[in-house]
Amino acid sequence: MIKLIIHRLLIAIPTLILVSLIVFMLQKILPGDPVLTLAGEERDPVVLQYLRQKYHLDDPLPVQYFAWVTQVSQGDLGKSLRTDLPVTTLIAQKLPVTLQLASMAMALALLIGIPMGILAAVRKGGWLELGANMTALSGMSIPGFWLGILLIMLVSVQWRLLPASGFVPPAQDFWLSIKTMIMPAFVLSTAIAAYLMRHTRSAMLEALTADYVRTARAKGVAPARVILHHAFRNALMPIVTLVTLLFGELLAGAVLTEQVFTIPGFGKLMVDAVFNRDYAVVQGVVLCVAVGFIALNLLADVLYALINPKLRHA
Amino acid sequence: MSSRSLQKFRRNPVALVGAVIVLLFILIAFFAPWLTSADPFQTSFSAIRKAPSAQHWLGTDELGRDLFSRMVFGARASLMAGLMSVLIALIAGVPLGLMAGYFGGWTDSFISRGTEAALAIPFLILAIALAAFLGPSLINAMIAIGVSAAPRFIRITRGQVLAVKNEDYVQSARALGASNLRIIISHVLPNIMPPLIVQATITIATAIIAEASLSFLGLGLQPPNPSWGSMLNTAKNFMTQAPWMSIFPGSAIFLVVLGFNLLGDGLRDALDPRQAG
Repeated sequence: MIKLIIHRLLIAIPTLILVSLIVFMLQKILPGDPVLTLAGEERDPVVLQYLRQKYHLDDPLPVQYFAWVTQVSQGDLGKSLRTDLPVTTLIAQKLPVTLQLASMAMALALLIGIPMGILAAVRKGGWLELGANMTALSGMSIPGFWLGILLIMLVSVQWRLLPASGFVPPAQDFWLSIKTMIMPAFVLSTAIAAYLMRHTRSAMLEALTADYVRTARAKGVAPARVILHHAFRNALMPIVTLVTLLFGELLAGAVLTEQVFTIPGFGKLMVDAVFNRDYAVVQGVVLCVAVGFIALNLLADVLYALINPKLRHA
Repeated sequence: MSSRSLQKFRRNPVALVGAVIVLLFILIAFFAPWLTSADPFQTSFSAIRKAPSAQHWLGTDELGRDLFSRMVFGARASLMAGLMSVLIALIAGVPLGLMAGYFGGWTDSFISRGTEAALAIPFLILAIALAAFLGPSLINAMIAIGVSAAPRFIRITRGQVLAVKNEDYVQSARALGASNLRIIISHVLPNIMPPLIVQATITIATAIIAEASLSFLGLGLQPPNPSWGSMLNTAKNFMTQAPWMSIFPGSAIFLVVLGFNLLGDGLRDALDPRQAG
């Protein structure tokens, strides 16, 4: 088990280096002279020369990359041009908001997707399966930001049931925090719930035809127990891996959801940075998400080994 | 498509519905100027935010422009972005995947590690970042989406090549002295087409949503040119006063994406039974 984790960690290192290279190259595709972007309104040649030296812009590319990567590996992602705060501080402020949103969305997606997938597999060929399939396809096809707009119009404006936007920290008022976040979390969960439903369905269909399910049925085990205890436990394995990977998708989806519901999270930070041409922040966010995603991948591998006894001693 | 696959596709009502929706939107985009008499750019201060009526079928926007006409022309931006970005992803991804799968060794390690790194950055985040750094325009949005989607095609192509490269027909071509390029083009590529076609169709759906998302954030087609995503961006400021401004462009995105997803599912069932879930 420990060997497996170390092995995976070693594999993650080249991936991390390449990710840092991609993120570094992002700033190189900026059209025009980067110094002019860094300088804002400032056009004094002395200042421009100073900035050029400070950011190593005259050095060859590999030198620039090493200077940048050394700085990043020491936990310094640079400063936001707009707020003059360190990028790491900004991210640390916004991350908990997005994590709350993403966790609630994942909980909703599991609650919706998995039972629907099991039902669709058990009632194969029936109306229930067709309904579940069409719901999943619609969930995958609906643009989240549009669903958000529709829900605000209906639930917040027409029915006045839930707040339309904003964020309340759970420490301040737990129930109000949940109430404010539930609609954005639902919007964010739709696409993920659809994927979960489709994967649960196909994993269950496969498990239900397995020999151990036939044996259990022949022994006279109650149908519900066969479905949940025998088939679902085996179908669970690919789903656990999928859940960790879909968490990365949730972080990406949060960018638009936060924009629609004006939630001051990670995604809003990125979009605002895009508009303020605050490139250090954009790079910081992309790098953080990628590192988080690699960590989740690692977690998926370890979880997979944990629930699959065949791999436990590998 | 073989006649058996075609038959299977025709008997699948869901796939046919998808094909009809997609075809309908392609026709709308193609014949846009003939479908509407109203100029999508013509502002009118006497017709600001008018509800749907006989004169303006889908109402008007905040500058009094005809919404139906803007929607019809918006179909061009959406479909063009969907098709072009997938084309970019295919051109960038398939050759790399072929090389990684066919040659193996260092070539494979190099390409595969790069693909993994690119896949570690969620698709939409990478597309937003690329579009932000490239600058806002429809072309740049297509490039950003295409480049972000390319790793998927590298991975799927590589996997498929690995599956067919030791098949008898490839081995016998090699024994007969065919060059690597010839083996790849005339023996490997045709046999890995079905899963690529399925993936391309589904990725068009993803790309259309991505383009709408970028336009919604102001990183796609620039005003006053009509695009469904940027129409929604404006519409969200008039949710209470003019709900039709949000309802119609969003429904259009939803429908066309649903069409491509249905078509992709149907093609998968017909062409690639192993993957059908």
